[in-house]
Amino acid sequence: MGGPAPVILMLPWTIYLSFLGAAALLLIPARRASAARGVALAITLVTGVCAFGGGLAYRPGAELLTLTRVPWIPALGIEYFLAVDGINLTLVFLTALAAVAGVLFSWNVTDRPREFFALYLTLIGAVYGVFLSFDLFLLFFFYEVAIIPKYFLIAIWGSTRREYGAMKLVLYSFLGSALVFLGLLAVYVGALRATGTGTFDLQALAQVAYPATFQRWVFPLMFVGFGVLAGLWPLHTWAPTGHVAAPTAASMLLAGVVMKLGAYGALRAGVALFPEGVRTWQEPLAALAVIGIVYGALVALVQRDFKFVIGYSSVSHMGFVMLGLVTLHEVGVSGAVLQMFSHGIIAGLLFGVVGRMVYDRAHTRELEELAGLRLSRRLPFAAATFVVASLASMGLPGFSGFVAEISVLIGAWQSLPLAVGVTGIGIVLGVAYLLRAMQHGFFAGGEAGEINPPGSAVPPLPPITWPEKVGAGMLLLTTVVIGLFPRLLLDYIVPSVQPLVSAWKQGGGS
Amino acid sequence: MSYLALLRLAGPEMLVVLAALGALLVDLAILRDQPARIRRWLGAAIAAAGCLSAGLYILNVPAYGRALDGMFVADPLTQMVKLVLLGLTLLTVLLSVEADFTDHISEYFALLLLATTGMLLMTSAEDLLPIFLALELTSLSLYALVALRRQDLAATEAGLKYFFFGALAAAFALFGFSLLYGVTGATGLEAIAKALRGRGFDPLLAAALVMVMVSFGFKVAAVPFHLWAPDAYQGAPTPAAALVASGSKVASFFLFAKVLLWAFPESAGGAGLTTFRAGWMPVLAVLAVASMVLGNLAALAQRGLKRLLAYSAVAHAGYLLLAVLAVASEESRTGALASLVFYAATYALTAVGAFAMAALAERTGGSDALAELAGLARRSPWLAGGLAVLMLSLAGLPPFAGFVAKFYVFAVALKADAVHFSLLWLVAAGLALSPVALYYYLKVLKQAYVVEPVPGEKQAGSTGAWAEGTVVGLAAGGLVLLGVFPHVILGPIEAAVRAAGF
Repeated sequence: MGGPAPVILMLPWTIYLSFLGAAALLLIPARRASAARGVALAITLVTGVCAFGGGLAYRPGAELLTLTRVPWIPALGIEYFLAVDGINLTLVFLTALAAVAGVLFSWNVTDRPREFFALYLTLIGAVYGVFLSFDLFLLFFFYEVAIIPKYFLIAIWGSTRREYGAMKLVLYSFLGSALVFLGLLAVYVGALRATGTGTFDLQALAQVAYPATFQRWVFPLMFVGFGVLAGLWPLHTWAPTGHVAAPTAASMLLAGVVMKLGAYGALRAGVALFPEGVRTWQEPLAALAVIGIVYGALVALVQRDFKFVIGYSSVSHMGFVMLGLVTLHEVGVSGAVLQMFSHGIIAGLLFGVVGRMVYDRAHTRELEELAGLRLSRRLPFAAATFVVASLASMGLPGFSGFVAEISVLIGAWQSLPLAVGVTGIGIVLGVAYLLRAMQHGFFAGGEAGEINPPGSAVPPLPPITWPEKVGAGMLLLTTVVIGLFPRLLLDYIVPSVQPLVSAWKQGGGS
Repeated sequence: MSYLALLRLAGPEMLVVLAALGALLVDLAILRDQPARIRRWLGAAIAAAGCLSAGLYILNVPAYGRALDGMFVADPLTQMVKLVLLGLTLLTVLLSVEADFTDHISEYFALLLLATTGMLLMTSAEDLLPIFLALELTSLSLYALVALRRQDLAATEAGLKYFFFGALAAAFALFGFSLLYGVTGATGLEAIAKALRGRGFDPLLAAALVMVMVSFGFKVAAVPFHLWAPDAYQGAPTPAAALVASGSKVASFFLFAKVLLWAFPESAGGAGLTTFRAGWMPVLAVLAVASMVLGNLAALAQRGLKRLLAYSAVAHAGYLLLAVLAVASEESRTGALASLVFYAATYALTAVGAFAMAALAERTGGSDALAELAGLARRSPWLAGGLAVLMLSLAGLPPFAGFVAKFYVFAVALKADAVHFSLLWLVAAGLALSPVALYYYLKVLKQAYVVEPVPGEKQAGSTGAWAEGTVVGLAAGGLVLLGVFPHVILGPIEAAVRAAGF
């Protein structure tokens, strides 16, 4: 290999610039506080340029490329090790898009904007950090850094039951972290015993032949621990309450990116390290994933709060990711990664529409009340965006969700046929709850011509602003482009999944 | 060994004692009629000079050796611990500059320094006699410090309670030591170990061991010997409480580990569910798990910052006992000692910072109730940021030092028995309780960041309190630095542990 182009070294700057930007925002003088959103947008744009500029220098199909590698805590064999392959690159792209969209959708935050955007950027920086880390300790370090900004974003700027939602979300995340923490320690000691050197290097850890009994108890720790953040049933309950309580940008990030941290961790630190563990636990975990898909959809069907519908739909769609991860099949795992990307975009869009476009204008999210407002006429852009995003979320061909979910099901077909069958119900229900939400939220109620009947006291709603349009357009475009040309991402993802699969096949005889 | 060589070894202690005497004399001779502010400043300056010169002495004079057959030992590790202790005292002194709670200013600083001297001697003692003397010097100075606000009923009660518990613990220590002497005919730790070799674990030894552990359990405030801590923290003048919670903890834990490892290497026993064997490990394991559970659960119910910190200290004592447990195993000994020192040092730094916050709340808001902190983030974003760093570090979240410390201790505890993972249940208990801990630390931060203050009332942080603010800032800055670059101090600590022969 001829060495990577130096431009790829822009990737780590996504982390540094986000953290530096967060610090810079806090230094803005109080009377200029309103400049914070501009600065935040500039920073997310620059980090986006770093993500895409650096990322596109990575040729699809290349092997793991080291970005930085220096000793960090030698006492425990911990390194500051950033690297990129097709899997995490996909998620870095997702983060870049979601970060910019999130700022655009929080253009109207006027209460303590400096702190809001500083916490926002801290969260983004930590997310980039998780995705780019190839040292398990470093990954966990960033993973934990991401917890606290979430609490403050929700508790200070949130809406419905914000303090409860924030605390619940953080405690659930931390509970998951505790499981992962234990798994991490076990991996470290296990590797130490097997090889004599303590290391957290994910590549080296993947080479270690852990005893089967060891794998059987450490793998579920990792998978379930990270799975908490991915909304794995029955530990998902933080997700709907947290998403509903969060301010729009935070719920976009939570559903769009932060849940992917969990799934990504489960892939890297669980599935990739412990093939024997996956084989043992494949069926129970697949069952949890499928229950998540169906249960999430069923509950979404009866929600009265618009945002809860989207919150539970996230649980349902993340079930596909978790199902894909345990298929131990190239297509299934690739589909899971693509689903992470796809759901990140679509969920961000849905939360953007509901949280920003609808709730900030109508000041209600109750579907019954929205039904009387005839939003399709009054906010046509919001309605159109929601319809397209819903179609994408339902998994209609032509959108990214279709490719991803069908790949997961194909991957699961061989080893888990029953799961595929039950998942079918979930897909049908997915269509149902979205149609219901769409109908109540935008198209129901009143006769034509009754929109603003003379004499009624309904004030006109403020029009959709340009940042919202740009943000929504950006995400819509992405889901359509990936839906039509899934190979744009699959060319990155599949070659990086292949080594994992071949490792499972080798381990199969033992 | 000549007295000159002994003086050279004990240079830091000498300097601190000299500063204590200096503070007393200067105040007595020339400052009696001066305003309190000037007396405080001068006393603090003398105390700080004593600590600084002792610290510089350690850094510049590599005097290592064993004096008087192990009565006084100086090696790289003890010197490292002493540096930590001196730094903590220095922060406490800074915290006291503006604290206006007593007329006995010079006595206050002298007691602070004498307590520090006791802690320094604790680190260096490897013989039962100096160990007891050092423990008592520390304890007696601290009792007096806690009860210094004589007019205050709560302070007097706290002092009395602390004293009674302490006296009982001292009695246990003495009884245990005398039994040990009876069994072995020796007072030096290594001589005791030699005499015990091959003896097995008989009832007399068990009685001696348990009594020694009871007295140390009191010093480190492990459950069930923790009952004095909340009242003492609450009633004591806050800077004094900071020293009780920080320096005294570091020195006690270090000495605790040392006594167990030096004197009872063969009586460790086993603390695993399947590897259970009588010895000091199962006792420690029970103390550890009880401290973690009770400390964390009791902290949930607290409304005052100082009481919350007291229970959090109990919980942290449980985590630190894990490091002491790991000292028993050959494989993990180096790491265990290093992680013990690192955890104790970072925890102590956090505690000093947190008590500075409590002092600030008391001075500017009127009490240390959590509600005083409401709206702090709007009044003083920097202080609120410092508070956030302190609380999150206590909760063990990155990028703060508490995270690395916790990770290191747990990793070492698992490494102690990589075959059976016999300490896994303790590690799992500690981790299972960490969300509980996060809950009450977040409760503090919720006050500062989310809750709006009641208008019209006096609020913490509404007026300047530079001394307390500086301590908060120093502690928070240190925790960020050590959290992001732990090797800065972990490297030297490991080197010191190895140089000391582990």
